[in-house]
Amino acid sequence: MSNTPFVPRDRGWHPPAFHEPYRSTHLRAPQQKLLKMPQSTSELSGPVFGHDLIGELDADLIHNFAASGEAAIGQRTIVHGRVLDENGRGVPNCLVEVWQANAGGRYRHKKEGYIAALDPNFGGCGRFITKEDGSYSFRTVKPGAYPWPNGPNDWRPAHIHFSLFGHAFAQRLITQMYFEGDPLIDLCPIVGSIPSREAVDRLIAPLDMKATVPMDARAYRFDIVLRGRDATLFEHEREGM
Amino acid sequence: MGQLKESPSQTAGPYVHIGCVPNFAEVTGVYPADLGQVIVGDEAVGQRITIKGRVFDGAGAPLLDAMIEVWHADANGVYASQEGADPHVAGFGRVAGDQDTGVFEIATIKPGSIGDEHAPHLSLWIVARGINTGLHTRMYFAGDPLNAVDPVLLAAGDRANTLIAHPDDGGDFVFDIHLQGPAETVFLDM
Repeated sequence: MSNTPFVPRDRGWHPPAFHEPYRSTHLRAPQQKLLKMPQSTSELSGPVFGHDLIGELDADLIHNFAASGEAAIGQRTIVHGRVLDENGRGVPNCLVEVWQANAGGRYRHKKEGYIAALDPNFGGCGRFITKEDGSYSFRTVKPGAYPWPNGPNDWRPAHIHFSLFGHAFAQRLITQMYFEGDPLIDLCPIVGSIPSREAVDRLIAPLDMKATVPMDARAYRFDIVLRGRDATLFEHEREGM
Repeated sequence: MGQLKESPSQTAGPYVHIGCVPNFAEVTGVYPADLGQVIVGDEAVGQRITIKGRVFDGAGAPLLDAMIEVWHADANGVYASQEGADPHVAGFGRVAGDQDTGVFEIATIKPGSIGDEHAPHLSLWIVARGINTGLHTRMYFAGDPLNAVDPVLLAAGDRANTLIAHPDDGGDFVFDIHLQGPAETVFLDM
Protein backbone atom coordinates (compact mmCIF):
# COMPACT_ATOMS: atom_id res chain seq x y z
CA MET A 1 0.00 0.00 0.00
CA SER A 2 1.32 3.43 -0.94
CA ASN A 3 0.92 6.36 1.44
CA THR A 4 0.95 8.88 -1.40
CA PRO A 5 -2.41 10.67 -1.47
CA PHE A 6 -4.65 10.89 -4.50
CA VAL A 7 -5.27 14.10 -6.36
CA PRO A 8 -8.65 15.44 -5.18
CA ARG A 9 -11.65 14.40 -7.27
CA ASP A 10 -12.71 17.15 -9.71
CA ARG A 11 -16.35 17.42 -8.63
CA GLY A 12 -17.15 19.79 -11.50
CA TRP A 13 -16.16 17.11 -14.01
CA HIS A 14 -18.38 14.42 -12.48
CA PRO A 15 -22.17 14.72 -12.57
CA PRO A 16 -23.59 16.80 -9.73
CA ALA A 17 -25.65 14.85 -7.19
CA PHE A 18 -28.83 16.66 -8.23
CA HIS A 19 -29.76 16.73 -11.92
CA GLU A 20 -33.31 17.94 -12.49
CA PRO A 21 -34.03 15.89 -15.65
CA TYR A 22 -32.98 12.66 -13.83
CA ARG A 23 -35.91 12.28 -11.48
CA SER A 24 -34.43 9.72 -9.12
CA THR A 25 -31.90 12.31 -7.97
CA HIS A 26 -34.64 14.56 -6.55
CA LEU A 27 -35.01 12.66 -3.29
CA ARG A 28 -31.62 10.98 -3.29
CA ALA A 29 -29.11 13.74 -3.92
CA PRO A 30 -27.46 14.92 -0.71
CA GLN A 31 -28.20 18.60 -0.16
CA GLN A 32 -25.28 19.44 2.10
CA LYS A 33 -21.80 19.91 0.73
CA LEU A 34 -19.48 16.91 0.94
CA LEU A 35 -17.08 17.19 3.85
CA LYS A 36 -13.53 17.53 2.58
CA MET A 37 -11.12 15.40 4.57
CA PRO A 38 -7.47 14.41 4.33
CA GLN A 39 -6.78 10.86 3.13
CA SER A 40 -5.76 8.36 5.79
CA THR A 41 -4.93 4.67 5.65
CA SER A 42 -8.65 3.94 5.48
CA GLU A 43 -8.89 5.65 2.10
CA LEU A 44 -5.41 4.81 0.75
CA SER A 45 -5.83 1.07 1.26
CA GLY A 46 -8.37 -1.21 -0.33
CA PRO A 47 -9.28 -4.84 -0.83
CA VAL A 48 -6.98 -6.94 -2.99
CA PHE A 49 -8.43 -9.60 -5.27
CA GLY A 50 -6.39 -12.38 -6.79
CA HIS A 51 -6.66 -13.85 -10.26
CA ASP A 52 -7.88 -17.06 -8.65
CA LEU A 53 -11.20 -15.29 -8.04
CA ILE A 54 -11.95 -15.32 -11.75
CA GLY A 55 -13.65 -18.37 -13.23
CA GLU A 56 -13.06 -19.64 -16.73
CA LEU A 57 -16.20 -18.08 -18.22
CA ASP A 58 -16.45 -14.97 -16.02
CA ALA A 59 -15.34 -12.68 -18.85
CA ASP A 60 -17.60 -14.33 -21.42
CA LEU A 61 -21.17 -13.14 -21.03
CA ILE A 62 -22.15 -15.01 -24.19
CA HIS A 63 -21.62 -18.30 -22.38
CA ASN A 64 -21.34 -17.78 -18.61
CA PHE A 65 -25.09 -18.17 -17.99
CA ALA A 66 -25.94 -20.26 -21.05
CA ALA A 67 -26.89 -23.90 -21.00
CA SER A 68 -24.21 -26.26 -22.17
CA GLY A 69 -23.78 -25.93 -25.92
CA GLU A 70 -26.00 -22.83 -26.07
CA ALA A 71 -25.14 -19.14 -26.38
CA ALA A 72 -26.75 -15.79 -25.67
CA ILE A 73 -28.68 -14.18 -28.50
CA GLY A 74 -27.38 -10.89 -29.87
CA GLN A 75 -24.56 -9.15 -31.68
CA ARG A 76 -21.35 -10.82 -30.60
CA THR A 77 -19.14 -8.08 -29.23
CA ILE A 78 -15.68 -7.78 -27.73
CA VAL A 79 -15.05 -4.89 -25.35
CA HIS A 80 -11.42 -4.23 -24.57
CA GLY A 81 -9.15 -1.46 -23.41
CA ARG A 82 -6.99 -0.38 -20.50
CA VAL A 83 -7.57 0.81 -16.99
CA LEU A 84 -5.24 3.74 -16.38
CA ASP A 85 -4.69 6.21 -13.57
CA GLU A 86 -4.65 9.97 -14.06
CA ASN A 87 -0.87 9.84 -14.46
CA GLY A 88 -1.29 7.62 -17.52
CA ARG A 89 0.00 4.49 -15.83
CA GLY A 90 -1.77 1.20 -16.41
CA VAL A 91 -3.57 -0.09 -13.31
CA PRO A 92 -2.74 -3.80 -12.94
CA ASN A 93 -4.69 -6.32 -10.86
CA CYS A 94 -7.82 -4.18 -10.83
CA LEU A 95 -11.05 -6.09 -10.36
CA VAL A 96 -13.65 -4.92 -12.87
CA GLU A 97 -17.27 -6.07 -12.79
CA VAL A 98 -19.71 -5.44 -15.63
CA TRP A 99 -23.46 -5.84 -15.97
CA GLN A 100 -25.96 -5.08 -18.68
CA ALA A 101 -29.34 -5.75 -20.27
CA ASN A 102 -29.71 -8.46 -22.88
CA ALA A 103 -29.83 -7.82 -26.63
CA GLY A 104 -33.50 -6.85 -26.34
CA GLY A 105 -32.89 -4.32 -23.57
CA ARG A 106 -34.17 -6.51 -20.72
CA TYR A 107 -32.35 -7.04 -17.42
CA ARG A 108 -32.56 -10.35 -15.60
CA HIS A 109 -33.95 -8.82 -12.41
CA LYS A 110 -37.21 -9.51 -10.61
CA LYS A 111 -38.01 -5.82 -10.29
CA GLU A 112 -37.51 -5.20 -14.02
CA GLY A 113 -40.85 -4.62 -15.76
CA TYR A 114 -39.96 -4.07 -19.40
CA ILE A 115 -41.97 -6.29 -21.77
CA ALA A 116 -38.97 -7.31 -23.88
CA ALA A 117 -38.22 -11.02 -23.59
CA LEU A 118 -35.65 -12.57 -21.31
CA ASP A 119 -32.98 -14.61 -23.03
CA PRO A 120 -32.75 -17.94 -21.18
CA ASN A 121 -29.06 -18.05 -22.05
CA PHE A 122 -28.08 -14.58 -20.85
CA GLY A 123 -27.46 -13.60 -17.23
CA GLY A 124 -25.90 -10.20 -17.75
CA CYS A 125 -22.88 -10.13 -15.42
CA GLY A 126 -19.17 -10.64 -15.92
CA ARG A 127 -15.86 -9.84 -14.26
CA PHE A 128 -12.14 -9.87 -14.85
CA ILE A 129 -8.88 -8.58 -13.39
CA THR A 130 -6.62 -6.30 -15.42
CA LYS A 131 -3.21 -7.50 -16.60
CA GLU A 132 0.14 -5.96 -15.70
CA ASP A 133 -0.29 -3.13 -18.21
CA GLY A 134 -3.87 -2.47 -17.13
CA SER A 135 -5.37 -4.10 -20.21
CA TYR A 136 -8.54 -6.16 -20.24
CA SER A 137 -10.94 -7.79 -22.65
CA PHE A 138 -14.31 -9.47 -22.35
CA ARG A 139 -16.92 -10.88 -24.67
CA THR A 140 -20.63 -10.20 -24.61
CA VAL A 141 -23.63 -9.40 -26.77
CA LYS A 142 -24.43 -5.77 -27.45
CA PRO A 143 -27.15 -4.70 -24.99
CA GLY A 144 -30.38 -3.27 -26.34
CA ALA A 145 -31.72 0.20 -25.62
CA TYR A 146 -34.75 0.27 -23.32
CA PRO A 147 -37.43 2.64 -22.04
CA TRP A 148 -37.45 3.63 -18.37
CA PRO A 149 -39.86 5.44 -16.08
CA ASN A 150 -38.44 8.95 -15.82
CA GLY A 151 -40.02 11.41 -18.23
CA PRO A 152 -43.02 10.37 -20.36
CA ASN A 153 -40.80 8.71 -23.00
CA ASP A 154 -37.20 8.29 -21.92
CA TRP A 155 -34.92 5.63 -23.39
CA ARG A 156 -31.52 4.57 -22.16
CA PRO A 157 -28.90 4.26 -24.88
CA ALA A 158 -27.27 0.84 -25.11
CA HIS A 159 -24.80 0.71 -22.23
CA ILE A 160 -22.68 -1.55 -20.06
CA HIS A 161 -22.19 -0.77 -16.35
CA PHE A 162 -18.59 -0.93 -15.09
CA SER A 163 -17.54 -1.20 -11.45
CA LEU A 164 -13.82 -0.71 -10.72
CA PHE A 165 -11.83 -1.12 -7.53
CA GLY A 166 -8.38 0.26 -8.33
CA HIS A 167 -6.01 -0.25 -5.42
CA ALA A 168 -7.57 2.02 -2.80
CA PHE A 169 -11.04 2.62 -1.42
CA ALA A 170 -10.69 6.27 -2.53
CA GLN A 171 -10.47 5.10 -6.16
CA ARG A 172 -13.74 3.20 -6.14
CA LEU A 173 -15.75 4.04 -9.27
CA ILE A 174 -18.90 2.93 -11.02
CA THR A 175 -19.60 4.24 -14.50
CA GLN A 176 -21.24 3.27 -17.79
CA MET A 177 -19.93 2.64 -21.28
CA TYR A 178 -21.88 3.77 -24.34
CA PHE A 179 -21.50 2.75 -27.98
CA GLU A 180 -20.25 5.10 -30.68
CA GLY A 181 -22.96 6.44 -32.96
CA ASP A 182 -25.97 5.78 -30.70
CA PRO A 183 -28.42 8.68 -31.21
CA LEU A 184 -29.98 8.01 -27.78
CA ILE A 185 -26.80 9.13 -25.99
CA ASP A 186 -27.60 12.80 -26.51
CA LEU A 187 -31.21 12.36 -25.36
CA CYS A 188 -30.47 10.53 -22.10
CA PRO A 189 -31.01 12.39 -18.79
CA ILE A 190 -28.44 10.16 -17.06
CA VAL A 191 -25.76 10.87 -19.65
CA GLY A 192 -26.89 14.50 -19.51
CA SER A 193 -26.04 14.67 -15.82
CA ILE A 194 -22.38 14.85 -16.90
CA PRO A 195 -21.56 18.57 -17.18
CA SER A 196 -19.33 18.65 -20.28
CA ARG A 197 -19.36 17.07 -23.73
CA GLU A 198 -15.66 16.35 -23.27
CA ALA A 199 -16.41 14.21 -20.23
CA VAL A 200 -19.33 12.43 -21.94
CA ASP A 201 -17.07 11.53 -24.85
CA ARG A 202 -14.83 9.66 -22.45
CA LEU A 203 -17.63 7.15 -21.88
CA ILE A 204 -18.36 6.52 -25.57
CA ALA A 205 -16.47 3.51 -26.90
CA PRO A 206 -15.53 3.67 -30.59
CA LEU A 207 -15.80 0.70 -32.92
CA ASP A 208 -12.35 -0.87 -33.16
CA MET A 209 -12.11 -2.75 -36.46
CA LYS A 210 -8.53 -3.81 -35.71
CA ALA A 211 -9.69 -5.88 -32.75
CA THR A 212 -12.68 -7.48 -34.45
CA VAL A 213 -12.60 -11.20 -35.03
CA PRO A 214 -13.56 -11.80 -38.68
CA MET A 215 -16.77 -13.81 -39.10
CA ASP A 216 -17.20 -13.79 -35.30
CA ALA A 217 -17.38 -10.58 -33.23
CA ARG A 218 -17.11 -6.83 -33.55
CA ALA A 219 -14.95 -4.96 -31.07
CA TYR A 220 -15.27 -1.71 -29.13
CA ARG A 221 -12.42 0.03 -27.35
CA PHE A 222 -13.02 1.47 -23.89
CA ASP A 223 -10.26 2.95 -21.74
CA ILE A 224 -11.15 3.87 -18.16
CA VAL A 225 -9.24 6.28 -15.96
CA LEU A 226 -9.16 6.00 -12.18
CA ARG A 227 -7.95 8.62 -9.73
CA GLY A 228 -4.16 9.00 -9.68
CA ARG A 229 -1.79 9.74 -6.83
CA ASP A 230 -0.11 13.11 -6.57
CA ALA A 231 2.69 12.71 -9.15
CA THR A 232 5.18 15.07 -7.45
CA LEU A 233 4.86 13.16 -4.19
CA PHE A 234 5.00 9.89 -6.06
CA GLU A 235 8.44 10.72 -7.48
CA HIS A 236 9.73 11.60 -4.02
CA GLU A 237 8.43 8.32 -2.73
CA ARG A 238 10.32 6.46 -5.45
CA GLU A 239 13.48 8.19 -4.31
CA GLY A 240 12.85 6.89 -0.83
CA MET A 241 11.90 10.17 0.78
CA MET B 1 3.44 11.65 -18.99
CA GLY B 2 0.19 13.49 -19.60
CA GLN B 3 -2.30 14.21 -16.89
CA LEU B 4 -5.54 12.39 -17.71
CA LYS B 5 -8.96 13.11 -16.24
CA GLU B 6 -10.77 10.47 -14.20
CA SER B 7 -13.60 8.77 -16.10
CA PRO B 8 -16.81 10.51 -15.08
CA SER B 9 -19.04 8.58 -12.70
CA GLN B 10 -22.49 7.35 -13.68
CA THR B 11 -25.20 5.96 -11.44
CA ALA B 12 -25.03 2.27 -10.56
CA GLY B 13 -28.73 2.16 -11.45
CA PRO B 14 -31.42 -0.04 -9.91
CA TYR B 15 -29.85 -3.31 -11.07
CA VAL B 16 -26.40 -2.97 -9.51
CA HIS B 17 -27.03 -6.32 -7.81
CA ILE B 18 -26.84 -8.17 -11.13
CA GLY B 19 -23.24 -7.08 -11.50
CA CYS B 20 -22.03 -6.97 -7.91
CA VAL B 21 -24.06 -9.59 -6.01
CA PRO B 22 -25.65 -11.67 -8.77
CA ASN B 23 -26.59 -14.60 -6.55
CA PHE B 24 -28.56 -12.18 -4.34
CA ALA B 25 -30.26 -10.99 -7.54
CA GLU B 26 -31.06 -14.61 -8.42
CA VAL B 27 -28.65 -14.64 -11.34
CA THR B 28 -27.20 -17.91 -10.13
CA GLY B 29 -24.62 -20.28 -11.49
CA VAL B 30 -22.25 -17.65 -12.85
CA TYR B 31 -20.12 -17.07 -9.72
CA PRO B 32 -19.95 -19.66 -6.92
CA ALA B 33 -20.56 -16.93 -4.31
CA ASP B 34 -21.14 -13.19 -4.21
CA LEU B 35 -18.14 -11.03 -3.42
CA GLY B 36 -17.83 -9.55 0.07
CA GLN B 37 -20.27 -11.86 1.86
CA VAL B 38 -17.73 -12.95 4.48
CA ILE B 39 -16.06 -9.91 6.01
CA VAL B 40 -14.30 -11.83 8.78
CA GLY B 41 -13.58 -15.51 9.26
CA ASP B 42 -14.56 -17.53 12.32
CA GLU B 43 -11.09 -17.20 13.79
CA ALA B 44 -10.83 -13.45 13.46
CA VAL B 45 -9.68 -11.68 16.62
CA GLY B 46 -12.04 -9.10 18.08
CA GLN B 47 -15.48 -8.32 19.37
CA ARG B 48 -18.22 -9.74 17.13
CA ILE B 49 -20.74 -7.11 16.11
CA THR B 50 -23.80 -6.82 13.94
CA ILE B 51 -24.77 -3.51 12.40
CA LYS B 52 -28.28 -2.93 11.12
CA GLY B 53 -29.63 0.02 9.25
CA ARG B 54 -31.47 1.47 6.33
CA VAL B 55 -30.78 4.15 3.76
CA PHE B 56 -33.55 6.79 3.62
CA ASP B 57 -34.44 9.20 0.84
CA GLY B 58 -35.63 12.76 1.30
CA ALA B 59 -39.25 11.65 1.71
CA GLY B 60 -38.31 9.30 4.54
CA ALA B 61 -38.74 6.15 2.46
CA PRO B 62 -36.11 3.42 2.78
CA LEU B 63 -34.17 2.63 -0.40
CA LEU B 64 -34.85 -0.91 -1.58
CA ASP B 65 -32.20 -0.94 -4.29
CA ALA B 66 -29.08 0.34 -2.51
CA MET B 67 -25.81 -1.52 -2.23
CA ILE B 68 -23.33 -0.65 0.47
CA GLU B 69 -19.67 -1.54 0.54
CA VAL B 70 -17.71 -1.80 3.76
CA TRP B 71 -13.98 -1.46 4.33
CA HIS B 72 -12.45 -1.66 7.76
CA ALA B 73 -9.33 -2.63 9.68
CA ASP B 74 -8.77 -5.61 11.97
CA ALA B 75 -9.03 -5.43 15.77
CA ASN B 76 -5.54 -3.88 15.92
CA GLY B 77 -6.31 -1.19 13.37
CA VAL B 78 -4.39 -2.92 10.57
CA TYR B 79 -5.91 -3.27 7.10
CA ALA B 80 -5.91 -6.53 5.17
CA SER B 81 -3.40 -5.25 2.60
CA GLN B 82 -0.91 -4.21 5.31
CA GLU B 83 1.80 -6.21 7.00
CA GLY B 84 0.83 -7.88 10.25
CA ALA B 85 -2.89 -7.89 9.48
CA ASP B 86 -5.12 -10.56 10.98
CA PRO B 87 -5.28 -13.19 8.19
CA HIS B 88 -8.89 -13.91 9.10
CA VAL B 89 -10.08 -10.37 8.45
CA ALA B 90 -10.86 -9.51 4.83
CA GLY B 91 -12.31 -6.22 5.98
CA PHE B 92 -14.24 -5.84 2.75
CA GLY B 93 -17.94 -6.49 2.57
CA ARG B 94 -20.94 -5.89 0.38
CA VAL B 95 -24.47 -5.71 1.67
CA ALA B 96 -27.72 -5.11 -0.13
CA GLY B 97 -30.80 -3.90 1.63
CA ASP B 98 -33.69 -6.32 1.98
CA GLN B 99 -35.77 -5.90 -1.17
CA ASP B 100 -38.98 -5.34 0.82
CA THR B 101 -37.81 -3.43 3.92
CA GLY B 102 -34.46 -1.98 2.87
CA VAL B 103 -32.79 -3.23 6.06
CA PHE B 104 -29.13 -4.11 5.58
CA GLU B 105 -27.05 -6.12 8.02
CA ILE B 106 -23.28 -6.13 8.44
CA ALA B 107 -21.77 -8.98 10.48
CA THR B 108 -18.14 -8.38 11.39
CA ILE B 109 -15.79 -7.46 14.24
CA LYS B 110 -15.25 -4.07 15.81
CA PRO B 111 -12.09 -2.66 14.21
CA GLY B 112 -9.32 -1.07 16.21
CA SER B 113 -8.36 2.57 16.03
CA ILE B 114 -6.09 3.63 13.17
CA GLY B 115 -2.98 5.14 14.73
CA ASP B 116 -3.73 7.26 17.77
CA GLU B 117 -6.07 9.65 15.98
CA HIS B 118 -8.70 7.87 13.93
CA ALA B 119 -11.29 6.31 16.22
CA PRO B 120 -12.54 2.82 15.32
CA HIS B 121 -14.71 3.13 12.21
CA LEU B 122 -16.03 1.42 9.13
CA SER B 123 -15.65 3.14 5.78
CA LEU B 124 -18.87 2.85 3.79
CA TRP B 125 -19.65 3.48 0.12
CA ILE B 126 -23.26 3.73 -1.01
CA VAL B 127 -24.59 3.32 -4.54
CA ALA B 128 -28.14 3.14 -5.91
CA ARG B 129 -30.40 4.48 -8.63
CA GLY B 130 -30.43 8.27 -8.39
CA ILE B 131 -26.94 8.46 -6.83
CA ASN B 132 -24.73 9.82 -9.59
CA THR B 133 -21.43 9.32 -7.79
CA GLY B 134 -21.00 6.71 -5.07
CA LEU B 135 -21.22 8.29 -1.60
CA HIS B 136 -18.39 7.80 0.89
CA THR B 137 -19.06 8.02 4.60
CA ARG B 138 -17.84 6.52 7.87
CA MET B 139 -19.57 4.78 10.74
CA TYR B 140 -18.20 5.24 14.28
CA PHE B 141 -19.17 3.61 17.57
CA ALA B 142 -21.01 5.50 20.30
CA GLY B 143 -19.02 5.92 23.48
CA ASP B 144 -15.56 5.32 22.06
CA PRO B 145 -13.17 7.69 23.86
CA LEU B 146 -11.19 8.35 20.66
CA ASN B 147 -14.28 9.85 19.02
CA ALA B 148 -13.39 13.07 20.84
CA VAL B 149 -10.13 13.49 18.88
CA ASP B 150 -11.04 11.88 15.56
CA PRO B 151 -10.31 14.38 12.77
CA VAL B 152 -13.35 13.46 10.66
CA LEU B 153 -15.77 13.70 13.57
CA LEU B 154 -14.20 17.00 14.62
CA ALA B 155 -14.51 18.36 11.07
CA ALA B 156 -18.14 17.23 10.93
CA GLY B 157 -18.90 19.54 13.85
CA ASP B 158 -22.55 19.57 14.92
CA ARG B 159 -23.39 16.96 12.27
CA ALA B 160 -20.93 14.40 13.70
CA ASN B 161 -23.79 12.54 15.36
CA THR B 162 -24.94 11.39 11.88
CA LEU B 163 -21.78 9.24 11.73
CA ILE B 164 -22.24 7.43 15.03
CA ALA B 165 -23.90 4.04 15.48
CA HIS B 166 -25.70 3.30 18.74
CA PRO B 167 -26.36 -0.12 20.28
CA ASP B 168 -29.98 -1.26 20.49
CA ASP B 169 -31.48 -3.29 23.34
CA GLY B 170 -30.19 -6.52 21.86
CA GLY B 171 -26.64 -5.22 21.56
CA ASP B 172 -26.68 -4.76 17.77
CA PHE B 173 -25.47 -1.44 16.44
CA VAL B 174 -27.98 0.65 14.51
CA PHE B 175 -26.77 2.96 11.76
CA ASP B 176 -29.27 4.63 9.46
CA ILE B 177 -28.10 6.70 6.52
CA HIS B 178 -30.12 9.73 5.44
CA LEU B 179 -29.53 11.07 1.94
CA GLN B 180 -31.40 14.32 2.61
CA GLY B 181 -33.24 16.21 5.33
CA PRO B 182 -32.45 17.53 8.80
CA ALA B 183 -30.63 14.30 9.71
CA GLU B 184 -28.67 14.13 6.43
CA THR B 185 -25.59 11.96 6.89
CA VAL B 186 -22.21 13.61 6.44
CA PHE B 187 -20.76 12.37 3.15
CA LEU B 188 -17.06 12.64 2.54
CA ASP B 189 -14.82 14.00 -0.20
CA MET B 190 -11.33 12.66 0.24
